[in-house]
Amino acid sequence: MIEFRMPTLGADMEAGTLVEWLKKPGDAVTRGDIVAVVDTDKGAIEIEVFDSGVIDRQLIEPGQKTPVGTVLAMIRAPGEPAGALPEPAGAAPEPAPTRARISPAAKKAAEQLHVNLDSVEGHGPGGSITVADVERAASGGGTVPGTPDRAIGMRAAVGAAMARSKREIPHVYLSTTIDVSPTLTWLKAENARRPVTERLLPAVLFIKAVGRACAEVPDVNGFWTEHGFAPGPGVHVGCAIALRGGGLIAPALHDVNTKSLDIVGREFADLVMRARAGALRSSELSDATITVTNLGELGVESAYAVIYPPQVAIVGVGRIVERPWVVDGRVEPRSVVTVSVSADHRAVDGRGAGSFLTAIERALQAPNTL
Amino acid sequence: MTRDEIRNAVVQALTSVAPEIDPQTLHADRAFRQEFDLDSMDVLNFVIALHGRLGVDVPESDYVKLATLNGAIDYLSGRLKS
Repeated sequence: MIEFRMPTLGADMEAGTLVEWLKKPGDAVTRGDIVAVVDTDKGAIEIEVFDSGVIDRQLIEPGQKTPVGTVLAMIRAPGEPAGALPEPAGAAPEPAPTRARISPAAKKAAEQLHVNLDSVEGHGPGGSITVADVERAASGGGTVPGTPDRAIGMRAAVGAAMARSKREIPHVYLSTTIDVSPTLTWLKAENARRPVTERLLPAVLFIKAVGRACAEVPDVNGFWTEHGFAPGPGVHVGCAIALRGGGLIAPALHDVNTKSLDIVGREFADLVMRARAGALRSSELSDATITVTNLGELGVESAYAVIYPPQVAIVGVGRIVERPWVVDGRVEPRSVVTVSVSADHRAVDGRGAGSFLTAIERALQAPNTL
Repeated sequence: MTRDEIRNAVVQALTSVAPEIDPQTLHADRAFRQEFDLDSMDVLNFVIALHGRLGVDVPESDYVKLATLNGAIDYLSGRLKS
């Protein structure tokens, strides 16, 4: 029997409230299937299963706040006989919901708060009605997700994770200013010939360049563990995304170094949309091996970010600005951007972090090879 | 297509990107991007949504003409006529 535990949801999330099970005992599951939805300060998260098999028992009921690492369900490995263990009391299968788009917890809350579910607008995954929606309806409020309570919870969680990062990680900061005029000329021409649905944002070039640089300098791509640095199993770039109503989240784009610019562009657009709609998957919150934060849109010229543990590096991208620049001995107006890296000095020294920055610059300046 | 129909399409495209925008309080001559804190991804999604609703493919060089509600209606009316 395999224990299926609540996965880690990133350094700034310690627990989530189970909203609903999407599979029931007896259902076959394959690694990567979404089996449950959990509500957190950062929105609803779809929980994926890590093993294949058949769900034997579910140990957590919808509505329960569940710390990371808690056993959520027992899964029978393929070939393992059913009923290997007696069914524990109170873990009987949930009756099938009559309306799939309302979580059982939301239904219970609606009964307690005397809310007519027909009048409640759903903001959960796929428009499902969540507890938060019911509570909002009960209080007569019509505000969309991102309520002050949630924002306060998120602020506190980010603060705790960042305080821990600053306490434990000896940060080293390096930056360089990169001439991206040829890159932007290339991008403009590229976008002019692309249909609107396939246009690329400069942010996608930065993410892809970071992915490329990680493959060249793997010392910055991975995790700091009790046994020291562990290289990432792939290049999974966390993208810091501002959420509507405040707060931020940095879900991972998987295998950025091996995917084409077009695919990274499409996946980034999808990731931003799902982050803001509150429909991320648990692997996206736990897999990032490095993070990129792009503050240029806010008018910030350079950003020196705090590492998101257990990662060992974070890249800060500033605003693209026009500056006088010396090119071949002459001063010219050029578009330049300041890119920084904050690195964990336990894992990498200034030389390694510097090579990484140089690799980002090289990649950015050859956009047609990204 | 009438100005009102274009206006509706623009408002729908905008609220599909930023659901917190209240069409009732939308000021016709204020730049959405600053007013609603839209980023470049939001702008791209807005342009994609306009394309889906009106069939107009706005080139990147014309994004600046979509800055306000009135500006967008003027620009899109022109594109739809031609």
